[in-house]
Amino acid sequence: MRRRVLPGLPLALGITLVYVAIIVVLPLAALVFKAASLGPEDYWRIVSSDRAFASYRVTVLCALAATVFNLVFGLSLAWVLVRYRFPGRRLVDALVDLPFALPTAVAGIALTTLFATNGWFGGPLSLLGIKVAYTPLGIIVAMSFTSIPFIVRTVQPVLEELDPALEEAGQTLGASDLSIFTGVILPLLAPALLAGVSLSFSRSLGEFGAIIFIAGNQPFSTEITALLAFIRLEEYDYPASAAIASVMLLTAFVMLAVTNFMQARALRYTARG
Amino acid sequence: MKIRLTNVVKEFQTFRAVHGVSLDIESGELVALLGPSGSGKTTILRMVAGLEYADGGAIYFGEENATDIPVRERGVGFVFQHYALFPHMTVGENIAFGMKVSKVKRSPEAIAKRVAELLDLVQLGGLKDRFPGQISGGQRQRVALARALAVDPRVLLLDEPFGALDANVRRDLRRWLRKIHDELGITTLFVTHDQEEALDLADRVVILNKGKIVQEGTPETVCRNPADAFVMNFLGDANRLDADIRGGKAYVDGVAFEAGGVADGGGQILFRPADVTWHEEGQGIAAKIVRVIDRPDSRRVLALTGSGQPVEFDTAPEFPYGKGEEGFLDIRRPRAYPAA
Repeated sequence: MRRRVLPGLPLALGITLVYVAIIVVLPLAALVFKAASLGPEDYWRIVSSDRAFASYRVTVLCALAATVFNLVFGLSLAWVLVRYRFPGRRLVDALVDLPFALPTAVAGIALTTLFATNGWFGGPLSLLGIKVAYTPLGIIVAMSFTSIPFIVRTVQPVLEELDPALEEAGQTLGASDLSIFTGVILPLLAPALLAGVSLSFSRSLGEFGAIIFIAGNQPFSTEITALLAFIRLEEYDYPASAAIASVMLLTAFVMLAVTNFMQARALRYTARG
Repeated sequence: MKIRLTNVVKEFQTFRAVHGVSLDIESGELVALLGPSGSGKTTILRMVAGLEYADGGAIYFGEENATDIPVRERGVGFVFQHYALFPHMTVGENIAFGMKVSKVKRSPEAIAKRVAELLDLVQLGGLKDRFPGQISGGQRQRVALARALAVDPRVLLLDEPFGALDANVRRDLRRWLRKIHDELGITTLFVTHDQEEALDLADRVVILNKGKIVQEGTPETVCRNPADAFVMNFLGDANRLDADIRGGKAYVDGVAFEAGGVADGGGQILFRPADVTWHEEGQGIAAKIVRVIDRPDSRRVLALTGSGQPVEFDTAPEFPYGKGEEGFLDIRRPRAYPAA
């Protein structure tokens, strides 16, 4: 065997692989195994039932909306935190991580209280005829809340490393602020934004705790897929629960693959040739 | 395009970076702003570009007051020390960027033609489709120059353009930049802290210290008649000996040197290591050799004068003396200045 300078490879690799196998692969395998215990026909019937489909629809559409919102707002937040110095900047910076630290159920209850028709936000909004709590809008709010840190935290370091001379070069070449933003800054942030978007979207698809308090959970309108899997579980229908969960798992894999592919494309200029 | 700076001032939060600098740059001239770090040279360049606003004074491009013209309308080509090429664009796209975003609409064919011309000018014909990460530092800097020239700037500004490159690449690029300048005749202002680069490249050198111009003139003027001890020291190795100035003479260890125009009192004389001859006996300042350093083309001798002041000088490789030997320093072309 080739001699290595850095010690501990067999031990470190062994521990890591065992860890990954026990913590990550085993539960997923059990899930697939459980779902596979259904025959193909039963499996298909469960995952393509009207109620399941309605839940996919509401989950994916709300996650998309939340992600688009986070893309815009998270990018602006990262921009402000990196580019400007103002009193309280460090506090805002620390607050960004709060959704990570807060138990999601607490977030859900807090958001529900705020957005219920007698809440601080819900009251004025209901006067305008906008209902948030117990509607898909509420789901979007909860999803945005729990996934915003992903975008901010992936974009922030890249933005910090961005050489100000690039923007100055654009200015000396006569480019408008808009051309510099769309032609220089955005393409350079694209890989980080993609990573952030995919994490934010995946998290929104899988979010449970924060949503169930605010969503109202009406089948066919505000019932998310994760909740449907949970309901099946409560009914001791483990295979059906696993079948629905396997759809979410598959979606997550596809998401990861697509994002990796897009990131590789966005980063192709870094390839040396 | 003639550039004129009148009493330009720039202050950063706590300190004054540029104190009232006035400077005239003739159309088609190649001028170097030379100074140590913190001398304000880059700040001056950035004010000319419009990347910083002047806090006082005015900058004229020809007869036009350009002080408040925003950078994107000022019509300057700027080359950054670390190239600042757009990493996600190919070499060709980098050069085309300025033409694409310009208010003057050009057809894609016209842009492609101009890009090809510029690539020829900077001798990078085959690299159009490479990304900046795939070419060498010297090539990147040439792309940066092509990109700056693509928008037909009125003035070309370069900020330490060769600072990040290897010594031999720098020398080649320097000669090449001079050639491009002579071909295009564009008014060019560049910043450097490397006196060799400034003297090699520029028609005129402006030497800055602590935000003020200390001397400006042709390379010959600043080399032969340094205005003060700072310029003398900054332009190259210099020895410094404390001296007493009395009646137009500077006395060091009892030896008199010419010091016309320097007031009586404490003073100093400065001289280059090449302007010293060692004599075993005779006239000059008594000294003792401390160490001899060998170099490919000479020997550098470190000596101490009778009064304990260090002197370094260069001799032929055949210099036969060594550590501990005593003799006399015969100094040519000494320059006397008041004590610092």
